[in-house]
Amino acid sequence: MATVTARTLPWYAPPRVAGAMRQVGRYPVVPLSLLMFLLVIPAVLAPLVAPYDPLKGSLAKRLKPPVWQQGGAIEHPLGTDKLGRDILSRMIYGARVSLMVSLVAIFVGGSVGTGLGLMSGYFGGKTDALIMRLVDISLSLPTILLALVLVAAVGPSFGTVIIVLVVLLWARYARLVRGETLSIKERDFIARARVAGASHSRIMAKYIFPNVVNSLIVLATLQVGYVILLESALSFLGAGLPRPTPAWGLMIADGRELIVTAWWVSMFPGLAIMLTVLSLNLLGDWLRDHLDPKLRHV
Amino acid sequence: MQRYIARRFLQSLLAIWVMSLIVFSLARVTGNPLDVMLPLEAGPEEYERVSKHWGLDQPLYVQYAIFLSKAVRGDFGNSWKWHGYSAMGLVGQRLPATLQLAGFALFISIVIALPIGVMAAVMKGTAWDSVAKVIALLGQSLPGFWLGIVLMWIFAVHLGWFPTSGRGGLQYMILPAITLGWFQVAVLMRLVRSSMLEVLDSEFVKLTRIKGVPEWKVIWKHCLRNASIAPLTFFAIIAGVLMTGSVVTESVFSWPGTGLLVVDAVRARDFQVVQAVVIVFSGIFIFTNLMVDILYAYIDPRIRFQ
Repeated sequence: MATVTARTLPWYAPPRVAGAMRQVGRYPVVPLSLLMFLLVIPAVLAPLVAPYDPLKGSLAKRLKPPVWQQGGAIEHPLGTDKLGRDILSRMIYGARVSLMVSLVAIFVGGSVGTGLGLMSGYFGGKTDALIMRLVDISLSLPTILLALVLVAAVGPSFGTVIIVLVVLLWARYARLVRGETLSIKERDFIARARVAGASHSRIMAKYIFPNVVNSLIVLATLQVGYVILLESALSFLGAGLPRPTPAWGLMIADGRELIVTAWWVSMFPGLAIMLTVLSLNLLGDWLRDHLDPKLRHV
Repeated sequence: MQRYIARRFLQSLLAIWVMSLIVFSLARVTGNPLDVMLPLEAGPEEYERVSKHWGLDQPLYVQYAIFLSKAVRGDFGNSWKWHGYSAMGLVGQRLPATLQLAGFALFISIVIALPIGVMAAVMKGTAWDSVAKVIALLGQSLPGFWLGIVLMWIFAVHLGWFPTSGRGGLQYMILPAITLGWFQVAVLMRLVRSSMLEVLDSEFVKLTRIKGVPEWKVIWKHCLRNASIAPLTFFAIIAGVLMTGSVVTESVFSWPGTGLLVVDAVRARDFQVVQAVVIVFSGIFIFTNLMVDILYAYIDPRIRFQ
């Protein structure tokens, strides 16, 4: 099969739809289903799926091992932590927390970046110079340290984490959108819209923006995994979400000092992060190859 | 070239200045700066001392001038948690441990990534290449702090080969260095693989083969030398990433470096130490970035004229 390519048979082009279907069928089914299974379904249905309240535990049941180990019980399939909270339930709610943080951060950061990128590319000149200097500076700031100062000053909270992530994320969107805008604004339909009397803001919103959406979707997908990793690292350091939020990074931090006696407390949330980020990366790569191959360097 | 360097240098200074502005304003815009700079347990004489040190009874622009002139001289006040130490003194004391760990991690990541990347390029499309691909994917998906805990669990707790934490001889350094270098292994390996593929395809390689040079020599001498230009310029970026990555790794393994210092300082709300570490680290980070850009521009002249 591999030898039958477009190059060997130049006159033959398979119907587009069939080709696309074959592509879909071939590659991302595994990561996609894994992702749905791991992250989206439990996150959305958390209160229905999770067997226990993620914040309440009973000290009588503290540090129960997972079901297949001696002393484990089926009521807590993945064991309990040092406060007797069910690990599985906390992981399910943790999926919700991770998804929420990364979606909010990417949405806000992406919107800010897209807006500034559009203005930068469209107006050019001083606006462009100013915004691009801001982008350069923001890309050269060390993230984790920025988060640590912010937390040292205002304390850990959902808002702090979002601010840190937004400060970190917006610049990439701005750079991407600016580049695309520069080439789109030279096209004829923009000049025609101008002649027809469309305002600058209307041209940016109605004529340029729809043309950069594909690239934005690809970049956003590629960043979800990265943001989940970052958020969990911040939470692990105590600079992310505050306790007792069921965040994966916090759960791993709780398990660190118990590693000798209760390995399950930190192992399972770590596996959850790894599989989630892995499937998100595969999904992002696939989307990039199909929606916007020129983004290969991102 | 000079103009490019001058521009990038000014830009780096600007970035550090922005970072210092962030540190300065975070402490002052969020209400009473003393509440941020000192923990709740601090007594009135401590308040008095810190207030006097930073001139907090003066107007804001005077405060900023005081902050800036002290910062330039490396004076970030005295630590609250570690009595009798200045914030900068603490950073200086802990920095060697961080540099040692980062250096060793860099060494380990080269030792692992180089052969795997070369072999993956030479045996493109084989099982070995797939193994390399899986390593690269895992490198980007594994949370570093969790990997550290897993390594500690397997090799320190179960097998007892290495100590769990602290600083001492070589055996103390191996697990933290692998944890810290893991992500770089993935990045570096992919770089080596792609640039090796490019070189393997070139004319001069065909010529050396025709001349009858043994295959191992073609690959490890002729190709690798030419393929290492791109990864070489990447090293400085890696060095910057290693510096900040050490914050996470050091707190997993209780490695007594600057990263652990800043995490402890945040927990104890020792803001003087936090701001010292942040400024010093940002400086290192921003200037390694600058070095990389200059190196790039030196090797690839197209960049200078962008």
